[in-house]
Amino acid sequence: MSVLTHTSPRAGATAGVLAYLVSAGAILLLMMVFGLAMRLEQAQIISIGANRFYELMTLHGIGMVGVAALGGAAIMWHFLRQYVQLSPALFIANLVLFLLGVVLILVGVLWGKFAGAWTFLYPMPGHSMGVWDNDAAALFMVGLLLIGTGFLLLYLDVARALIGEYGSLAHALGWPQLFLGKGKYGPPPTVVASTMVLIVNTIGIVSGASILLMMLINLYFPRFTIDPLLAKNLIYFFGHVFINATIYMAVIAVYEILPRYTQRPWPSNRVFLAAFTASTVLVIFIYPHHLLMDFAMPRWMLIMGQVISYLNGLPVLVVTMYGALTIIYRSGIKWDMASGLLLLSMFGWAAGVIPAIVDGTIVINHVMHNTLWVPGHFHTYLLLGMIAMVFGFMYYLANGSRHVRAGMLDRLSFWAFAAAGMGFTFAFLYGGLSSVPRRYAVHLPEWLAYDRIASVFAAVVIAAALVFVVRFASRLRTARGGAT
Amino acid sequence: MYQQLAWQITVALTVVLGLVFAFIALNAGKWTEYAPLQMRAYRLRTGFFWTLVLLLTPVLVYSMSELPYDAAHRHPGNKPQVIDAVGYQWYWILSSNEVTVGRPVEFHVTSGDINHGFGIYDQDMRLVGQTQAMPDYVNKLQLVFRKEGTYKVLCMEYCGIAHHNMLAEIRAVAPTPVPSEDNK
Repeated sequence: MSVLTHTSPRAGATAGVLAYLVSAGAILLLMMVFGLAMRLEQAQIISIGANRFYELMTLHGIGMVGVAALGGAAIMWHFLRQYVQLSPALFIANLVLFLLGVVLILVGVLWGKFAGAWTFLYPMPGHSMGVWDNDAAALFMVGLLLIGTGFLLLYLDVARALIGEYGSLAHALGWPQLFLGKGKYGPPPTVVASTMVLIVNTIGIVSGASILLMMLINLYFPRFTIDPLLAKNLIYFFGHVFINATIYMAVIAVYEILPRYTQRPWPSNRVFLAAFTASTVLVIFIYPHHLLMDFAMPRWMLIMGQVISYLNGLPVLVVTMYGALTIIYRSGIKWDMASGLLLLSMFGWAAGVIPAIVDGTIVINHVMHNTLWVPGHFHTYLLLGMIAMVFGFMYYLANGSRHVRAGMLDRLSFWAFAAAGMGFTFAFLYGGLSSVPRRYAVHLPEWLAYDRIASVFAAVVIAAALVFVVRFASRLRTARGGAT
Repeated sequence: MYQQLAWQITVALTVVLGLVFAFIALNAGKWTEYAPLQMRAYRLRTGFFWTLVLLLTPVLVYSMSELPYDAAHRHPGNKPQVIDAVGYQWYWILSSNEVTVGRPVEFHVTSGDINHGFGIYDQDMRLVGQTQAMPDYVNKLQLVFRKEGTYKVLCMEYCGIAHHNMLAEIRAVAPTPVPSEDNK
């Protein structure tokens, strides 16, 4: 068993990892353009109509979750295979199922006019008021099922490999070191993080699949009904766990790459192990904070939602963010795009935690739930956090897994991405301060100023992201070969 | 008030976080032996952890002292006006559109079809309270309207392509003066 995160040979990425990242990059750019179109529509700069707006909103929401999942899975798989034997065939099978799912979702939305949002809250898919039919809703949901099935296969393979290497998931989480004092260090952070992700996301995906199956039956056999509150619980549990898992997969890039840049280890000591064990539990039980305005929920669950929202920030801030800052401080690091984006990602994740905790406070949620405050906080930790981790990983591979001084265009793009990203997310938060409801195709005149400012920032973010993705795509050969 | 508080806390803490990151980034290029630095950082981390715990715990406890679920208990003896509110794609049906300033109002909120969100906006288009409108469930939202005027009800849960048009109005009027004994 490894004592510390070891710096393995600088191997290049497999073709599978590159296929994941190219797919993620292409879908990301397309979804960003959809997002910009939505902001421009709200700003009344373009006119695409409410129907098209809500179709794009549905695609943007589900597409970005998919991008995050692909990017996170690529990072996890790339680094985890240093420690355990993973199946390349299942890794590719997941991508194939993902792309098949994407095709079904695109057909359901663009041809079938399905616009039920990524949340597809029961019973809306079957109540479109004539805008879409059951087949369009079914295409969307079967597409999601395919994507979930692919990821479930991937996680089962990860579980098989980890149990084969470490004996059990408890050992892979470092419980003997944490609870029995057997040694100072647990398995490498990549192993611990992957174990946490596979545990929470397997439960999340199975929950999501169960509600999707029930809703598919309901579509064609309406006499089979579902309790709407149960359906909402299952959907938000699945959604919350799945998107959170993407960050915990992507942060593996920070655990692996920063130690190589700084020549300092990222030890999986007891504090680290305790943080991940805590996160495993907290990520599963935190989801009621999405249901704080469902007064019919059991009171203890709503209070638990707030309490865990507060607790969940601690491992992120005290272990991962603090660990990254410690490892960098006075390390003599030579900054390049990869290390810069990874540091930015730590800031983005931590900065997003702040308004998220604020919104998880019941009395504040009472006047901010489902306002633009919500996309404000999740865009902060997804765009500036999670996606920045993926971009950092892309540069790391594109530079042949070694330090390469950034060119002028890359540096400009980095600062544009960071500054415009902050401007973009704060425009959302300011919209939340002004009580602007989220998911509105049409905004009141007094809200247009925020929409227009946000549109400018969004356009700059897309330009910077285009540079990142094109740079990566143009260096695939280097990424494949690794450092010489 | 809560919106302003949320904004100020978020901006202030984000600025502090940004300054910490800038400090670390600016000092990253120099080199120091890691082992002693790591020991010092671990000691500081313990302090950082307990500082967060000590700051967050009272906030957590205090913030739960007035939960919106318990609003009915805050006005004992003042019988609330009850209004039934039912959401449909894409309109609201309210049993009354008029409320009295200063008197608690209890909205019994449900849905006749799919999920909606029952959000009440004041004259400045500031959200003053909300609850979800769900089929098969009734959520009881209690509010006190403080100012005379027209309040708007907006849908806070996406419910289809005319979600943004789902509006209703509530008029808050001054309480009718109770005639005194002298005027009888």
